[in-house]
Amino acid sequence: MLERINKAYKQIAKAQSVLGRKINIMEVCGTHTVSVFRSGLRDAFPDGLKLLSGPGCPVCITDQGYIDAVLSLADRDDCVIATYGDMIRVPGGKGSLEQRTKRGNIKIILSAEDVLKLAQENPDKKIVFVAVGFETTAPATAVIVNEARQQNIKNIFVFSNHKMVVPAMTALLSDKNNKIDAFLCPGHVSVIIGSDAYKPVVENFKKPCVVAGFEPMQIIDAICEICRQLAENSPAVASVYPAAVTPKGNSTAQKIIADTFDAANGCWRGLGNICGSTLKLKEKFSDFDAEKQLGEIFVHEETPVGCKCGLVLCGLIDPPDCGLFAQSCTPDSPVGPCMVSSEGACAAWYKYARRKRRKQ
Amino acid sequence: MTVSDKILLAHGGGGRLTEELIQKIILPAFDNQTLNKLTDSAEISVGKDNIFFTTDSYVVKPLFFSGGDIGKLAVCGTINDLAVSGAKPIALSLSLIIEEGLEIDTLRKIIASVAKTAKKENVSIVCGDTKVVEAGCADKIFINTAGIGFKLPKANIGFDRICAWNKIIITGTIGDHGMTIMSQREGMKFDSEMKSDCGSVANICEKVIEVFGDDIKFMRDPTRGGLAATLNEIAGQTGFGIEINEEHIPVNPTVRAAADMLGFDILDIANEGKVVIIVSEKNAEDCLQICREFENGKDAAIIGKVIKSDDGLVELITMIKGKRVVQMPYGRELPRIC
Repeated sequence: MLERINKAYKQIAKAQSVLGRKINIMEVCGTHTVSVFRSGLRDAFPDGLKLLSGPGCPVCITDQGYIDAVLSLADRDDCVIATYGDMIRVPGGKGSLEQRTKRGNIKIILSAEDVLKLAQENPDKKIVFVAVGFETTAPATAVIVNEARQQNIKNIFVFSNHKMVVPAMTALLSDKNNKIDAFLCPGHVSVIIGSDAYKPVVENFKKPCVVAGFEPMQIIDAICEICRQLAENSPAVASVYPAAVTPKGNSTAQKIIADTFDAANGCWRGLGNICGSTLKLKEKFSDFDAEKQLGEIFVHEETPVGCKCGLVLCGLIDPPDCGLFAQSCTPDSPVGPCMVSSEGACAAWYKYARRKRRKQ
Repeated sequence: MTVSDKILLAHGGGGRLTEELIQKIILPAFDNQTLNKLTDSAEISVGKDNIFFTTDSYVVKPLFFSGGDIGKLAVCGTINDLAVSGAKPIALSLSLIIEEGLEIDTLRKIIASVAKTAKKENVSIVCGDTKVVEAGCADKIFINTAGIGFKLPKANIGFDRICAWNKIIITGTIGDHGMTIMSQREGMKFDSEMKSDCGSVANICEKVIEVFGDDIKFMRDPTRGGLAATLNEIAGQTGFGIEINEEHIPVNPTVRAAADMLGFDILDIANEGKVVIIVSEKNAEDCLQICREFENGKDAAIIGKVIKSDDGLVELITMIKGKRVVQMPYGRELPRIC
């Protein structure tokens, strides 16, 4: 273990001397963010390396308008909201789902299959599935829709806000103010989309893209590989997670995504509208589409005044640079989504790196 | 700042919101020195003797889980609150709030478990109460137990006895109870390999006090909020810092995998049969050996130490030798678990 850490240290120093400045690597996955903090990697790495937490947590990049649309549905007596746990605390303009749990129609689910079960147990209710997440959770949503059709279940309504990773990476690099030297690419998403999916990023922007799993040692190996590429000026797609990630990815999952969804433009918190970044149900599944069937449309809303989640998500500032951080925005009363999700950059920073003790 | 003008589930989670509720609403109303100490049990004088008194309510779901059930939990949880305070548990009360419609057979099983556990632990159930509420007003059954115990003659335990360089022992693997309940509730497939640690720690507590007397500075069972909450409370109450070493903290690999999969920090996860012992540096190794002589202490480990520090933080030295802060958990990491 120590040997691999030392090797990474040497590569970081080498890359730094070639570039003549600090190196900024963006991790595009909330699970990487948490692993980096939880394992103490952030503390163990030398000053010359900076890890930026990118838009890789589904909760964090969810537009406030989407949350408000879900809240409106939660207030309806005919709807039951099925959601992944992290979403319930995200504040919209009208409170959060957590504040409505008393109504009894907010159900936290662990897997998408639970939605089918809910629908069968509550035949007189409309089950609204808060479908968020990247290419990892989209196939499960697709399975629900297809299963519902096959089993003739008519009370499931998918409110899809699934996002795709590569369009976001492209959008970040297209901003001329970006500080990103390379991407640490998400393990689970890459299992689905395949490492070849990052080729356009490497070709168009000359930035290394290295896939890693979530073990600290894999992250160290990936950073080592990124620094080697930077030092040798040979950006490429690579994976230190070869057992699980193939160049072409999981074709079955890709097919069900392609058969169920269309890529549409969509709003990301902090990044704005990104072309072809959001998965919406195809026309043939419109009877399961919450936006089309329940009359609740998701319209972009501005974030609360002072909240700098957008800049954090682009890697332009660290959470403590936001005036609200640990002041009016804490995990107990989050203002922005990066403080809500346990995989958000602000929450991870607050939980694992904040030195000042909270006043008792 | 308060989160909400309504009670949230997180207010019952044993983390920051629970602390806020107690500090702002409950303590000011009663304001007495015994309660203000916020110890696991209250020490009160009765004639010439000092007795310890405690109470706890149990709302765990599911009622029966791998390694225990609500009845066993209700006995052991209250015994543990007495034991970690340096008391020998003698008698418990048992109050039942039952939802209309509960199968009598289920109740019978729970009561049998209460009786079996109490007998094993040598405590008597000496009084009780039964209430039945309408269907929908409770979830099957809630149990409250209160308990009293005699002070062990050599016990001298309190936050104020903790000093820098004291060592921290945990008596076994962490997170077993919380992750078992969680996986069983959610029907996750690794539940067969996990087992709640639900059990009494009175045997270990009594023995270490008997052997080391006032070198045992403090004990607490890290239930809701896990090791993170217990250590943060110690840091908060004493002003000392705490440094723990990840590679020394015992964790069952399946439990760790389940926690990782669900995104939980294992340090935040509840235990129901473990105790954190703060012991003087010179007796730490011997105390560890004594803990390990017990079946429920066989995986005990010295996991860290109390340190002098300006900011009074709990810090973890990670496997890769990085350092990070361990905060008080928020309080809603898990559904109802105890």
